[in-house]
Amino acid sequence: MVEHTGIRVVHRGGSKINFREPVITSDSRFLLCGSGESVKVYSTSTEECVHDLQGHTDLVTGVVLNPSNHLQAYSCSADGTVRLWDFTDGILIKTFIIRYHIFSIHVSEKHVGVLFVVVPMANEKGSELFQLVAVHLPRSGDPEVEVGELSAVLCDVSPNPGAVSFGTGGEYIAAAKGLQLEVFFFKKQKSYRFSLKSGMNKGINNSFTCISCHPKEDCIATGHADGKIRLWRNFNQKKEYTYSTLHWHHNAVNTLRFTPEGTNLLSGGIESVLVQWRYTQENQKDFLPRLGAAITHIAVSPDGSLFCTSHADNKITIILSSVKVSAIIQGLVKDDCVRTDLMIDPRSKALVLNGKPGHLQFYSLHRDKQLYNLDIVQQEYIHEQGVDQFQVVKAAFDTHGDWLATVEERRQKSSELEINLKLWSYDEQTQSFVLNTTVTAPHEDQITAMCFSPSPETTLLVTTSLDGHFKAWLLADHSDTEESASWSCDFVGGYHLLKPGCCCFSADGSLLAFGFQEVVTVWSPTSWELLTTLSQPPGAVRDLCFGRLSCSKYLLGTSTKNQLCCWNLLTCSLEWNTPMDVSLLQADPFSENMAAFCSQSGSTDLFVFKPSEPRPLFSKKALCTGKVERAIFAPRDQMLESSEEYSQWLNRSQLYFLTQHMDLMTFSTKTEEDRLLASSKQLMVDDSVAITPFYLLLGRHKQQQQEKQELLTNPLAERTPLPQGSIAIKELLDTPAHVLPSASFLCSMFVRSLLVSSSSARVEKEPAEEEMKSESEEVDSDGEADLFQPKQELWGSAAQDPVEESGAPVLTKAQERELRRVKKLDLSWLSSLLDC
Amino acid sequence: MASFKPTKIQIYPQLGAKVTQDTLYWKNYKAPVQVKEFGAITNIDFSPLAPHNYAVTASTRIHIYGPFSQEPVKTFTRFKDTAYSGRFRSDGQLLVAGCEDSVVRLFDVSGKVALRMFKGHTKAVHVADFTSDCYHILTCSDDYTCCLWDIPNSTELTKYKEHSDYIRCGATSKLNKDLFVTGSYDHTLKMFDARVQKSVMTMDHNHPVESVLFYPSEGLLVSAGGRYVKVWDLLKRGQPLVSLKNHHKTVTCLCLSGNGQRLLSASLDRHVKVYNTTNYKVVHSFDYTASILSLALAPEDESVVVGMTNGILSIKHRKTSEEKQGPTGQPRRQPVFRVFVKGRNCVPKQDDFLVSKSAKSHLAKYDKQLKRFNVSKALDTALESWKKNRKPEITVAVIKELDRRGTLKNALAGRDEQNLSQLVNFLIGNVVDPRFAPVLVTATEMILDIYKAVVGQSSVVDRQLVRLQELVEREIDYQQDLLEVLGMLDTLFASTLPRKEVPCPGNSQPNGLAEVDPGPQLRVA
Repeated sequence: MVEHTGIRVVHRGGSKINFREPVITSDSRFLLCGSGESVKVYSTSTEECVHDLQGHTDLVTGVVLNPSNHLQAYSCSADGTVRLWDFTDGILIKTFIIRYHIFSIHVSEKHVGVLFVVVPMANEKGSELFQLVAVHLPRSGDPEVEVGELSAVLCDVSPNPGAVSFGTGGEYIAAAKGLQLEVFFFKKQKSYRFSLKSGMNKGINNSFTCISCHPKEDCIATGHADGKIRLWRNFNQKKEYTYSTLHWHHNAVNTLRFTPEGTNLLSGGIESVLVQWRYTQENQKDFLPRLGAAITHIAVSPDGSLFCTSHADNKITIILSSVKVSAIIQGLVKDDCVRTDLMIDPRSKALVLNGKPGHLQFYSLHRDKQLYNLDIVQQEYIHEQGVDQFQVVKAAFDTHGDWLATVEERRQKSSELEINLKLWSYDEQTQSFVLNTTVTAPHEDQITAMCFSPSPETTLLVTTSLDGHFKAWLLADHSDTEESASWSCDFVGGYHLLKPGCCCFSADGSLLAFGFQEVVTVWSPTSWELLTTLSQPPGAVRDLCFGRLSCSKYLLGTSTKNQLCCWNLLTCSLEWNTPMDVSLLQADPFSENMAAFCSQSGSTDLFVFKPSEPRPLFSKKALCTGKVERAIFAPRDQMLESSEEYSQWLNRSQLYFLTQHMDLMTFSTKTEEDRLLASSKQLMVDDSVAITPFYLLLGRHKQQQQEKQELLTNPLAERTPLPQGSIAIKELLDTPAHVLPSASFLCSMFVRSLLVSSSSARVEKEPAEEEMKSESEEVDSDGEADLFQPKQELWGSAAQDPVEESGAPVLTKAQERELRRVKKLDLSWLSSLLDC
Repeated sequence: MASFKPTKIQIYPQLGAKVTQDTLYWKNYKAPVQVKEFGAITNIDFSPLAPHNYAVTASTRIHIYGPFSQEPVKTFTRFKDTAYSGRFRSDGQLLVAGCEDSVVRLFDVSGKVALRMFKGHTKAVHVADFTSDCYHILTCSDDYTCCLWDIPNSTELTKYKEHSDYIRCGATSKLNKDLFVTGSYDHTLKMFDARVQKSVMTMDHNHPVESVLFYPSEGLLVSAGGRYVKVWDLLKRGQPLVSLKNHHKTVTCLCLSGNGQRLLSASLDRHVKVYNTTNYKVVHSFDYTASILSLALAPEDESVVVGMTNGILSIKHRKTSEEKQGPTGQPRRQPVFRVFVKGRNCVPKQDDFLVSKSAKSHLAKYDKQLKRFNVSKALDTALESWKKNRKPEITVAVIKELDRRGTLKNALAGRDEQNLSQLVNFLIGNVVDPRFAPVLVTATEMILDIYKAVVGQSSVVDRQLVRLQELVEREIDYQQDLLEVLGMLDTLFASTLPRKEVPCPGNSQPNGLAEVDPGPQLRVA
């Protein structure tokens, strides 16, 4: 067994951005949110990720702005540290080590130098009780500071960060848990507890879910699991508190937030409707419906101009204060399970899997960004618990990406299964898939597998189902009638009423293999003749895979009873088999390689092998815990040239897999990492502008231009290109039109101003090149002195150009020559233009 | 923020025949005009001359109708007995007819009295026709003979006694004045040449021949007899080309369309079938109310005239191009010019800045209600639409959508007698439709669950529920019958299909674990 150290398993994108509440910076330009082990900074206008603040070693559990410096932010993490960042430059400033598992972080303007964090009561991970503690940050210059001083503020709080809120600029803090609301006044150092009667016996669950305090008045808004919102007042006494109730939500209120001025209250829940209540006129409400998925958090920018809502489908929506959606930041949507396989779209090379309910998502692996969603079900999604919805369960692309087949199903409690098979054709004009054919109830039971024929002549789709049949669907051409081409069933087959579980085409499309429980049947898709049957008795066939390229004579199959078999199709006999519990077998479409994920005692091992060779190319034990159910070989956009034997299999394609906890992982080699590092050094990030390919193109071009210009204008004028021309134009444009002299009068002046500048720039070049050596020392010495000059020059040079300063008589001659040439030019066209 | 997605109305495949060019062509006739004659109509013949009058032979008369009149323009009544086979000469001036009394009469179309009478047959003459040179007449009789007569002298030229049974059909060649074909109840077709004394060709039809027809090229001959229509190749000495069996009763009449590309056959089974003459497939068929004895097409297929045993003459005229537009009642109110036409045909100029205006999506009424979660109202509007235009698809789609949302029960509950009876009425109409059954059965069950407490309070609803019950019981019986038939068919197919052996290497050389030679194995530690 060979263990290779050169290949590492790394997380690759797709982490949750909706785990905790996002933060909008005070200038509303950026949005900060915790994403896995890093904090991401997005631009609110372009939706692009500007910075990725890396440093935490565990899940980031909260991000807040530093109340004393609006360019800094604190983030806390489950690794027990709080880090202070400069998010505009992406620099880690300080690390405070607290040594507790931190669940959330709160700050207040009134408490400078104090952080409030929620930590478990006993320092154990499994503890169920949590407390809110104040952390006094020590003043020290070290980048890493140990914090010793922790003082408990509230005991027994909810770990949910939405259940703790500061009121009236930090005078009190309110926390809710279960049926109890606790308010702690800092001045009096006294806390009051208010509790609601349990409505459980009436079938109502009125426990607290979230809390928000009014920023100006003494008012606390609380959200409840039964959809009610209560506004608490007069709570600085034990007895005479009052509350009023608002009710619109029909399910639990997930989040509540007052706007900074306190004029509005925002609430959201599973209905995916953002509700804006007017404070004191609560019967006036504004709605923003159909936001796509349940709202989990709401954040408001400090100036109140932007709201943002994070949603259960890993999405952040940025909303203007006029209740209009302005931008959407969408991460990889990962449900609790991926029903469709992982696929690669042959056109865009994007990873495709089911996303939002009823949608397929196209996710770019290279840019870690969702490209688009394809609505498969095309039905209004009802945001309600306990409603059976259609789900996309299978999808397949043909080899060129011209056709996409999807299967959606809906299982109702009482009635029968509803299945739809849909076929989508790629439309070049709209650059997306267009529905071509819908087949309702293509099979009588669940569809277990679906694949397109890879042969270029026919467009053939095969589906297998638990009803014991497989069906072949063919694109029928109706050239005689007006209808366009649509798909219809071509063949229905079965084998002894056994249930087919998987199907696979050979690489050239000439053979088709089905796994009918314990029997593998091989068919010819042209004549639909059963060619041969292969079987390996104990255990049903789980996965089938034809070999490729030089190994195309092999058919590999895995069975549920720990078998990996390889049949030789020329002799129709078993070539080899080995006892392995292979949970997933995946073939690389660009080479002969196969990847087998084997689950062994709770963890997964990976073997990469060629069917013709006895030794695996690569193996890794204990890749991750749990079973790997989904994996895909994605093509690389740039080939790697690794010559080392153990990493050669990663040269042309990259293996991605999803772990049990829905983490998208991949393998990276040393050469790849080196290349990445090199490229990241090259990039110089401008603030707020994201590094898109477009930016790189333009930015580099701009840089080159700047350098060129510097070369040109050096050594005389630093970064003040053509000052006289620009000022003249500016003057011209700034003056009101009615004060200006006639255009014909101005024209000559205007043209002259342009001419002088261009000639000076051109003539300048020659002496600059000639005298480069002799002047180089001069430049160096002048450089420091000139630093303070450009401003003066700017003002002073309207009349005299900088060229004259250098006192070269040659230049004036050149100017004269140029002017004379210009005089001779026929400029009548310009005057005629001006006349009319 | 996405917009509201409207309810998807399932499109169900159109059952029945596909719409082809032929169906469009042959359906493009007006509703038939029916004229009652005195007896069975045995023959219809169109005049080759311009207004294309046609002679209808029925009982003892021959009526000549104009192309658009329903009253005969002329009548020939000088027959002692039933007349047969009134046919025009190719110049449209003369008309010849046989008769049950064995006399063949020749009329001037404008006259009334017979110009010539040809006497010589001993039994009824069913066929009389002019030869292509216009000077002779062919007659075929039930005395097993056929004769050629000279018109000017009214003398018998030749008599052929070759058939051994009644001769009921005959046709003269349009290209050769000497050739003609006769078909007889002795199952044969005989081709004669007037220049020789014997038949030149004999073809066996195997059934009593009722009608013969030359193709325009006269290389092919079509004959009808029994349930069969047969096509013969005359250039290959009468070799049978095709035998068509598309009728289930005797085929009585044959006819070609104006361009010669479609063959029509009429039968006692009350159908007229249209065949494509290149592949002899039926491309269209007409239904009539009674057994058809005669059929004729006007030149250019302008009208289809059919005579039936009950004496009804049915005439269908082709729709003219303006009639195709549909009923031209009062003109539809045009949209206001200012609103609709303004800027419609404005072409943007080069420098124009185009402002794209997003099209406002219009939601159907039920969708508007669904958007507001007014489930009962949505169902009401859907039922309303069913009442208005009888499209159950929309109503079923809304019920399905409500079921998906889990609010169907709320929508169905709380209805008064009138509302409920409307709902049950809808169910009675559509619950057994296999396209809608899965959705409507759930809805029916829910209604019964909800309203079982109030059964007996309203006589209207009770009566409807009883009807619904009967309907469902009948459907169950029907399904059982169908399943029985399916079972029978399955056994039939299973016994007739040859059993094919699948080559399975597992039978001869088992590829089980034990027999495998220790080949290269994946080494796993």
